[in-house]
Amino acid sequence: MKVRIVGAGPGGLQLAILLAKSGAAHDVEVIERNAPDATFGWGVVFSEETLGALRDADPETHFRITDTFARWPTVDIRYRGRLLRSRGHAFSAIARKRLLEILQSRARELGVALRFEREVDSVAAVVEGADLVVGADGVKSLVRRTYAERFGERIRPQGCKYVWFGTDLVLDAFTFIFKQTDAGLVQVHAYPFDERTSTWIVECPEHTWRGLGFDAMDEAESLAACEALFADELGGHRLLSNRSLWTDFLLVRCDSWHHGNVVLVGDAAHTAHFSIGSGTKLAMEDAIALAQAFLRHPGDVERALVDYELERQPVVERFQLAAGESAAYFTRVERYAHMEPMPFAFNLLTRSGRVTHANLAQRDPQFVRVLDAWFHGGGEARPGAVAPPPLFAPWQGLRNRVVRAAPAPALMPELARSGAGLVLAGPVAVTPEGRIAPDTPTLDDPAPPLDEPPRARDDVPAALNDPPQVVGATWEALVEGVHAAGAHAGVLLTHAGRRGSTHSRARGADIPLRQGGWPLIAPSPIAYAPRMPVPRAMTAADMAAVRDAFAAATRRAADAGFDVLELDMGHGYLLGSFLSPESNRRDDEYGSDRMRFPLEVLDAVRQEWPEERLLAVRLGVMDGTRRGLQLPDGISVARELAARGCGLVDVVAGQTVPEAARADYRRGFLTPLADRVRAEARVPTLVGGHLTTPDEANTILGAGRADLCLLDVPATDLERQVAAAPSEPAAAVALA
Amino acid sequence: MNVGVGLPNTIPGTDGRLFADWARRADAGPFSTLAVLDRLAYDSIDPFCALAAAAAVTERVQLATMIAIGPLRNTALLVKQAASVDAMSGGRLTLGLAVGARLDDFVAAGVDHGGRGARLSEQLAALRDGDGLGVREDLRVLVGGMTGPAFARMARYADGYAHNGGPPRAFDRAAASARAAWSDLGRPGRPLLWGQGYFALGDEDAGAAYLRDYYEFTGPFAEKIAAGNLVSPRAIKDFVRGYAEAGCDELILFPTVADAAQLERLAEVLA
Repeated sequence: MKVRIVGAGPGGLQLAILLAKSGAAHDVEVIERNAPDATFGWGVVFSEETLGALRDADPETHFRITDTFARWPTVDIRYRGRLLRSRGHAFSAIARKRLLEILQSRARELGVALRFEREVDSVAAVVEGADLVVGADGVKSLVRRTYAERFGERIRPQGCKYVWFGTDLVLDAFTFIFKQTDAGLVQVHAYPFDERTSTWIVECPEHTWRGLGFDAMDEAESLAACEALFADELGGHRLLSNRSLWTDFLLVRCDSWHHGNVVLVGDAAHTAHFSIGSGTKLAMEDAIALAQAFLRHPGDVERALVDYELERQPVVERFQLAAGESAAYFTRVERYAHMEPMPFAFNLLTRSGRVTHANLAQRDPQFVRVLDAWFHGGGEARPGAVAPPPLFAPWQGLRNRVVRAAPAPALMPELARSGAGLVLAGPVAVTPEGRIAPDTPTLDDPAPPLDEPPRARDDVPAALNDPPQVVGATWEALVEGVHAAGAHAGVLLTHAGRRGSTHSRARGADIPLRQGGWPLIAPSPIAYAPRMPVPRAMTAADMAAVRDAFAAATRRAADAGFDVLELDMGHGYLLGSFLSPESNRRDDEYGSDRMRFPLEVLDAVRQEWPEERLLAVRLGVMDGTRRGLQLPDGISVARELAARGCGLVDVVAGQTVPEAARADYRRGFLTPLADRVRAEARVPTLVGGHLTTPDEANTILGAGRADLCLLDVPATDLERQVAAAPSEPAAAVALA
Repeated sequence: MNVGVGLPNTIPGTDGRLFADWARRADAGPFSTLAVLDRLAYDSIDPFCALAAAAAVTERVQLATMIAIGPLRNTALLVKQAASVDAMSGGRLTLGLAVGARLDDFVAAGVDHGGRGARLSEQLAALRDGDGLGVREDLRVLVGGMTGPAFARMARYADGYAHNGGPPRAFDRAAASARAAWSDLGRPGRPLLWGQGYFALGDEDAGAAYLRDYYEFTGPFAEKIAAGNLVSPRAIKDFVRGYAEAGCDELILFPTVADAAQLERLAEVLA
């Protein structure tokens, strides 16, 4: 097979080596525009990776590379004049130049023709007469650009402005430096790669970059400015330039990595932000997978290329996702600059979603011990202290950070016994006209009859199914049941607004009652969903009545002994529908200031709710539509709520209109929103979004993304197995 | 997890008389459900006609659209068709609906492609509302799709989620979103989760050729879908196990070769 590889980077050379080695008598030529020793950049880093695939594919190359590696297990975090060190990681790095030398010499040994300083003018001409053409020509790949449409290329800048320096300071850890300047936070990612040199990448968001004047500096000036900025950390060492210019990281994605007999590997096909250190590793793994695909399908180029994509695309997608999270973290990290060093460091280590509380506890048990103890101790790190993980740290009188929802109030005591710190009943309607469905509880009746036959829930432990209804139970008794189990009881007060008068959620959501319904009210006369009735636009008298109803329900909830009151300003229910421009089209002062009515209700409720008890708000912080409420608006509302005595924001999003184009239900979809509300409005947050494991919650809480977590705990087979009656009596077996 | 099988209603050139035989065999076999796909501008048999034929010659097996493209159809006629198949089968229908992926189907139907999501929501609301069209209030409805709005629509109106195929890990991710949407909409319990895959036991080249043609509109993905065809007993068993572990309730295996021998071979593998 005649193979032409464009680009003699690690991916292209690795592929040439493996094809030449496969014994299939391939005619392999690598074409490179630069000289063999011309290389840009400094060391390349491999995180979490031993290049095991390379060891299997070509032990010789693997040995030569890993023999040269600088390796270290530590991450140093320099923040607010402190150094925090995390151990137990596995980084390695090599000078890019040295890596290429090793690969070039190995390729030559195997008879690969390496054509340096040869410019490819026309990819079509290379394709002509070759059985396989490989675009290994990097982020600006000519091969990719030639067939851009066929590959479905998508390119955009990602993350901060950055510049890639070297330094003669030899570090002994992967080092992050966060430096506060007048124009904002500037970060360094630095790591050693040989006995004399380290890589030193400086980055900051564009506004900081302009604020510091980097946009107007030439290469030498910006090097000098960075040296001055990090003089303390460099300790008299120099920064080194190698065409080190400020640039944007380019995120490259392609729908397809092959077209006919042309295939892309490495950065030509996909990039992953440098802050997770995996670009070179991905390129080399691509090459290995591609070579193996040809071993599996000798002579069948199409089949081999499809196989290669099927194997590599899901892997790369995962890395790109993690890299995207990491890049986004570094663009917004200035918003965390108020955080204490311990959660700041943990937030940094868990930024990409690949490291969690549980797996950091495996790598660096002492770091996690100190984090847990610090968290438990309310921000104090006593030497030698041990404590349970963040989920089990008390908070404002709650025994732990676990919140469980009890849509059916009868379940409250059982949920408290299951270990929750706070059991939240609701939604509970403030008036019968404010109910969502006939079975929505009110403060007069915690257990109205169902309009649907109850369905046994097979996703919750059997104890929670039994009894589904407690006829005649009082709120006082339910709250007492929660208190007796050591938990606190909260109630979510709702007025359904234009989402009222529907069937029970057992049938579906927003399915209007055809009989026995009631009239709806809303800020504007716009029906919520298909077949839902048009609500009446609220008058001043309606507003006064609703405000009084919330106040009366608050008094009732206080008398019933609830510890936490939560006001529902989310999901398109009445108060939330005032906040959203999608549903509030009023031309009076309640439309020009959409916060006005919800805040009036909040003030009325705050008046009635005992001062020492927590008042929370479930706040819809964005609609997920183009014309609707956007996150910055939602954060402003959160700030205003906090100023008026709301001590906790339960962050939700969407459902203000049923067809929200940007609705998102990916794993942990509310966490970034809760994180931003907490960091920017500086108010404690409660976050849900289908969190199912303690590890997710510990990671969120430890990193300061929220203060409480609403858990959705699924039933497991194991619980059923443990609870099952034994099939035979457990008698001692006598050994004869 | 239950395992069902597809009718070959979108395999071009299939003899229409094969369907009754296929359905009878499936009814006798180990399969829980007989399901159909839906395409308009393609050599295929209408999904509701195919299920009506199957209903007439079967007693036990459940019937399902996996999925039918709702917005291509007039709402009242769609509800009527579904109610009719359900009635003729003695209440064995599960109605899976989605917006569809192919523009040419909308062009052929003379239906506007924009706003198809909102139109599907109106159809689902009509189904749930009853509306005097004779549909059971508790007809089991599934909704498919991979977007946020599709998951929200599923959680609002349906009893469960219909996934569009792929390896178990793709199903697992979609299932997590379906559960999250379900919980977000305040639905009690959890959604039913249905998955699907393609198989060919023998004649795998014919199967791959069909998939390449059927998915031609996806460009380069057609090759990958063809490569994912389950062509060995081992591949089918691994796939079934992977879906079961991901929490799938009902997995439908669709044929890619319209030959009753395929059904027999699949029954043997699953036995």
